[in-house]
Amino acid sequence: MSVLNAALVGNPNCGKTALFNLLTGSRQKVANYAGVTVERKVGRLTTPKGLAVRLLDLPGAYSLVATSPDEAVTRDVCAGTYRDEPAPELLVCVVDATNLRLHLRFALEVRQMGRPMILVLNMIDAAKRQGIAIDVPRLEAEFGAPVVTAVGIRRDGGQEVLRALDLPPPPPPPAMPSGSDFHAEARRILADCVTRPSRLGMALEERLDRWFLHPVWGMVILFALMFIMFQAVFSWAQPVMDLLDAGTAALGQAVGTLLPDGALRSLIVDGVIAGAGSVVVFLPQILILFLWILALEESGYLPRAAFLLDRIMATAGLSGRSFIPLLSSFACAVPGIMATRTIQNPRDRMITILIAPLMTCSARLPVYTLLIAAFVPERRVAGLFNLHGLVLFALYMAGILSALVVARVLKNRDRQEEHPLLLELPAYRLPNPRDLALGLKQRAVIFLSRVGTIIVTVSVLLWALASFPAPPAGAAGPAIEWSLAGRIGHWMLYVMAPIGFNWQICVSLIPGLAAREVAVSALATVYSLGATDSDAANQLQPLLSAHWSLGTALSLLTWYIFAPQCFSTLAVIRRETGSWRMVGMTAGYLFAMAYGAAFVMWRISLLLGWGGSP
Amino acid sequence: MRLNELKLGGSAIIDHVEDHTAGDPVAERLRALGFVPGEPIRIVAVGPIGADPIAVGIGFTRFALRRAEAARVLLRDAA
Repeated sequence: MSVLNAALVGNPNCGKTALFNLLTGSRQKVANYAGVTVERKVGRLTTPKGLAVRLLDLPGAYSLVATSPDEAVTRDVCAGTYRDEPAPELLVCVVDATNLRLHLRFALEVRQMGRPMILVLNMIDAAKRQGIAIDVPRLEAEFGAPVVTAVGIRRDGGQEVLRALDLPPPPPPPAMPSGSDFHAEARRILADCVTRPSRLGMALEERLDRWFLHPVWGMVILFALMFIMFQAVFSWAQPVMDLLDAGTAALGQAVGTLLPDGALRSLIVDGVIAGAGSVVVFLPQILILFLWILALEESGYLPRAAFLLDRIMATAGLSGRSFIPLLSSFACAVPGIMATRTIQNPRDRMITILIAPLMTCSARLPVYTLLIAAFVPERRVAGLFNLHGLVLFALYMAGILSALVVARVLKNRDRQEEHPLLLELPAYRLPNPRDLALGLKQRAVIFLSRVGTIIVTVSVLLWALASFPAPPAGAAGPAIEWSLAGRIGHWMLYVMAPIGFNWQICVSLIPGLAAREVAVSALATVYSLGATDSDAANQLQPLLSAHWSLGTALSLLTWYIFAPQCFSTLAVIRRETGSWRMVGMTAGYLFAMAYGAAFVMWRISLLLGWGGSP
Repeated sequence: MRLNELKLGGSAIIDHVEDHTAGDPVAERLRALGFVPGEPIRIVAVGPIGADPIAVGIGFTRFALRRAEAARVLLRDAA
């Protein structure tokens, strides 16, 4: 049976994605276009008459004279020149009926491609409420292609579109002579076909923006929203994450009792189940963060936040769009990097991804607290501040400042081009639960299938490194010392000794690749404490202060500001950018900075006489 | 007068958008977004730091742009 290849095109904010969700429901596939970070969404639907349609949701574009990779994809697919995509047999051009002045201009540009098309007047309900009267038959005659109306957010709002898909494809629309002024033509058509009350529709935006964009109140609202979001990601997700952690451990134990003691049991329990557990444990944070981001984006608030924060982020050479991904990275860089999808400018997105791991994530806290408690005396400074708190603050600030420096260095590398802000502030809308749910589902699937597989594979690999070969019978010392990981740890000492690390630290860094906080339990293993013991940290603390010099502890703390060894972060960068080069760049520069800073810290410690054994 | 010199709440008519470089993509994009001669424009908000960026209302749409971008838009007085 034949399938109709159709593509949805339209301006950003024309409600195209809501219409796409409405028409295709959950029968969607989300991936990336090969070689670029542009999201490719394709869905399937069947019309009332039984015609199968493959519908491509093209990235929103303001113009086919492309200024971003998104728009270039849209331009090439519409022109039928995109290499991996068949030329669409029908273009479904979606316009916001309340903003025809801007959107009709783009529709005329699409019409110029000379492909069969239909024009969809979306959000026709909102247009009616605003008193906008559109003469559809007349518009159809003037525009030269079938015109239907739709309400993307209503369950039955896509009926007319479905009926139009059932009709035989219309002939290619008339093109204008080249060099024509699309604006003038759009104005002419609108003057003929549309009557609207003067600017009444803007009243709501006007009132809301007076608050949301206010220099003082706008910032107060923004910080309140960010505070709640941060709280939600940071602490509301924690109970669920603890539950998942406990669930994985219980599952491991249950499975463990079923299997005979040996390598297979260890592989299943410590390799596969623990690895899968370290993947799902991210889910609550990702879902909560994306629920916020999707709601803020759908409601039209996100561009306003970018407006308010643009000046601040410009000091780092970025735009306001980078703020939320970076803020989220304080909880965890994985959802933070996934959130960079809201940054349209590819260069800004790349820099944001590169510096996101420098925001101190919550997984570094167990390491920080352990070392600070073991080595920093509990003291009041200036009668006000706790020295522990000050050191912790300094570690956070060091991360932020290095991010600023890295961003500025990267920005200076391409000085020639101006990166404009130029951002539409769309109409405010109530987020639609169906669109939020679909968006969340897509993020979860992408994370579990693409990022999860890498993380589980690496976890199993690390498990093998730490388990084989097994210690000989009657051997003394922890098993990990006899394993490959133990040997690698000893070899690493040649590289790490100049920054004050001992072999125990080196060995614990290897399982720490899976997740930064694992280093604490790994240290406990190396020092022959029960690894799974929940108060490993408490037992470790006196041990470390007895065995390590202050210099070693400071050097490790410095290392953790950059902590280049988080594999989950690297896996999500691979997924989001589709490029191993970017992964290599991130790991490389983080490692260089971690090593350099730890080296300087160790040298200073030696000078101050903090390098000797305690 | 240029758009970056217009005060908060002020309105004017766009005269034209000038290129700052040959084939200026920013100017090109401004024209595509409706910054065309004869269009009324007003400043609806300014950023909290240094009054940059600015938010403008044009047609039935609002845009945020930095002052450096706005400097490309030449205005005449509202008739």
